[in-house]
Amino acid sequence: MDLNFTPEEEAFREEVRTFLKDNLSEDLATKVRNGRELNKQDIESWHALLQTRSWLAATWPEEYGGPGWNAVQRHIFEEECAFANAPRIVPFGLGMLGPVLIKFGTEEQKKTILPRILSGEDWWCQGYSEPGAGSDLASLKTRAVRDGDDYIINGQKTWTTLGQFADKIFCLVRTSTEGKPQQGISFVLVDLKTPGIEMRPIKLIEGGYEVNEVFFTDVRVPVSNRVGEENQGWTIAKYLLGHERTNIAGVGASTEALNQLKALGRKVKRYGKPLAADPLFAARVAEVEIDLEAMRMTNLRMLFGTSDAQGSVSSMLKIKGTVIRQEINDLARRALGPAASPFPSEDVIGNYGIAPPEAAANAANYFNNRKLSIFGGSNEIQRNIIAKETFGA
Amino acid sequence: MDFTPTDDRRMIADSLRRFLSDTYPIEHRNKVAYDGAFHDPDGWAGLAELGIMGALVSEDDGGFGGAGFDITTVFEEMGRKICPEPLLANLMALRLYAAFGKSERIEAIVAGSERAAFAFDESDSFGDLGEISTTFEGGKLTGRKTVVYGGQAADWILVAAKSGGKLGLYEVKASDAEVLAYPMIDGGGAAEIVLDGTPSECIAEEATDAIEAALDAGRLALCAEAVGAMDVLKEMTRDYLMQRQQFGRPIALFQALQHRLVDFSIEIEQARSIVIHAGGKFETEERALAVAKAKNLIGRAGKLVAEEAVQMHGGIGMTWEYAGSHYAKRLIMIDHQLGDTEDQLRKVMALTDISSAA
Ligand SMILES: Cc1cc2nc3c(=O)[nH]c(=O)nc-3n(C[C@H](O)[C@H](O)[C@H](O)COP(=O)(O)OP(=O)(O)OC[C@H]3O[C@@H](n4cnc5c(N)ncnc54)[C@H](O)[C@@H]3O)c2cc1C
Repeated sequence: MDLNFTPEEEAFREEVRTFLKDNLSEDLATKVRNGRELNKQDIESWHALLQTRSWLAATWPEEYGGPGWNAVQRHIFEEECAFANAPRIVPFGLGMLGPVLIKFGTEEQKKTILPRILSGEDWWCQGYSEPGAGSDLASLKTRAVRDGDDYIINGQKTWTTLGQFADKIFCLVRTSTEGKPQQGISFVLVDLKTPGIEMRPIKLIEGGYEVNEVFFTDVRVPVSNRVGEENQGWTIAKYLLGHERTNIAGVGASTEALNQLKALGRKVKRYGKPLAADPLFAARVAEVEIDLEAMRMTNLRMLFGTSDAQGSVSSMLKIKGTVIRQEINDLARRALGPAASPFPSEDVIGNYGIAPPEAAANAANYFNNRKLSIFGGSNEIQRNIIAKETFGA
Repeated sequence: MDFTPTDDRRMIADSLRRFLSDTYPIEHRNKVAYDGAFHDPDGWAGLAELGIMGALVSEDDGGFGGAGFDITTVFEEMGRKICPEPLLANLMALRLYAAFGKSERIEAIVAGSERAAFAFDESDSFGDLGEISTTFEGGKLTGRKTVVYGGQAADWILVAAKSGGKLGLYEVKASDAEVLAYPMIDGGGAAEIVLDGTPSECIAEEATDAIEAALDAGRLALCAEAVGAMDVLKEMTRDYLMQRQQFGRPIALFQALQHRLVDFSIEIEQARSIVIHAGGKFETEERALAVAKAKNLIGRAGKLVAEEAVQMHGGIGMTWEYAGSHYAKRLIMIDHQLGDTEDQLRKVMALTDISSAA
């Protein structure tokens, strides 16, 4: 065994780090570090900057405009971005639709859609979940009925992340009610400007706005907007789930969050001393650090393809990764004591000096990150997957 | 032993429950909790009419209750509706005014015509009254108090401050101080109180014991509030699990979820019991220890119930629109008030000191 990265990998890390240092503006990094909501402009300008190096679509091969990285390079890139407090790359077009088109799309679809994702002309969002179809996604009801060369779509999607910024949505829709529910689903691309679509905001627990409901009433979409065969949508959705996700555990982001937690512990006082000197606090930080160290290794074992539990290891990483992240968020709000309570308005963060500005939204972020164990296949569903593999039933 | 509440307390609980149900439907609660004065002045008047503030002080001091069980009775009901009124602030103020015989103020607060708040925390003094640096000199206060609950809606601010090495209690007219008001993340209001040579009146030069007792009253209140909120959140979660269908059946049929609801139900009973214990010991020498035990357990149980309830609801539990999310927020944030789980643990460890037992 050798736990070192190769000199080439280290050189790559250095290259990424230098790029981030030279290009990520302090303003934007501060906004990310302080846990503030990013606007469309923030995200688009960051995407554009990355694309000047062809680093935006980390999973795409070079022929489509990606960097052609292997899993280890992607891991290093993601880690360095997290350490630098770079905005998270919005995954819907780049990490989801892109790979789907590359695998299942027609030449025409690849030619017209992929470049527009890279250039930022099209912002995509993901229309899978419905009010009645969450964990049981295959029970989705939004109907697409064939009418000549068009589908006519009726129904509702929900929890659509950043739909308010999006131009287009990729949807799973029901094209058949025969056979098993999984067998009657198709993958369809819809322009959000099409008549009959209405988007409504959903306010989240901490007061933020990042998800939406999308209503479809007689929405006409050309059949050529379907990806893959009719009723092949479930296979595509499953491909995406199984598609190598190096970042599922969020090791980089958790490591950065842990570093910030320690810094906060040195800054705030309890009983007249820095909180970091308090054994009860320090013990919990040490414990989560141990868990994170182990998870980093598990993640690397998966990346280097040597894990003994290949199949369910990504479910394992999803569970452990979200639990660790949520524990760090928990400690970060607790570290503030009473100063965690104020609602993080601009005044509270910027002017009143109640908590250090980088920590003023810690409670809000703790509440918001409860989503981590719910979306992307809830932790209960991940346990079901592991259990199924363990017991073969 | 007898665990049934007295008739008087049962009547208070019933009438308060009815009043809060009528006055604070969740939409209205959320509106007043984050807007304007971050509470509902009409609702406050209604509480006074019911005699709720009077229930928090003893007959000798101008009320008609004031025992530990009076406090828990009132606040459990407040928790069931996550009522954003500044009752915690006024409870602590009432206890302090009572400790120093300020009957005029007590009368006004009980009548609902005035409100007060208690300013003790400073950014560098969390958890330790000894670290307070606000000073009183020549009739004036200088310092900065942080996250003063109910400070945004108070006529009077009671300030814990140092003078000649003693921790005393001073009163400031709110309009004489700089009051920076804001809502809290779980609703309801607080304020930064900036004192810069602010005229004030000395209530007591030495007030440590009275302050500790008032804070313990506040802690007991928060514990009871949490029990009320937990009971409601549990009912909501159970109802939702029975109603929500996935995979062709109510998700309540998944044993993985059943067991978790059961686990947190066990913690709620533990919480109820420790609060009854603290209520019963409130008038004894064991007050501080019993309250610290209660608030430690409440902190742990509240977090479990809040997190599990959100998780078991799925996406719905993450929304502002769904009432349960506000109960979850309140339960989490109660732990940030008047000393958290770890603070209480330190106190229990110090008061019981197992290393020196005979
Ligand atoms: C902030 C946020 C952003 C999201 N973004 C998107 C997006 O962009 N696009 C999109 O399509 N979707 C999105 N989602 C939806 C997300 O994928 C769903 O919330 C998730 O699949 C869970 O579904 P549900 O909310 O309907 O919960 P439910 O499926 O109703 O689950 C409720 C509870 O029951 C549990 N449960 C369900 N089935 C079982 C079982 N068999 N055994 C044990 N427990 C079970 C769940 O784990 C959960 O705890 C988002 C969700 C959130 C909260």
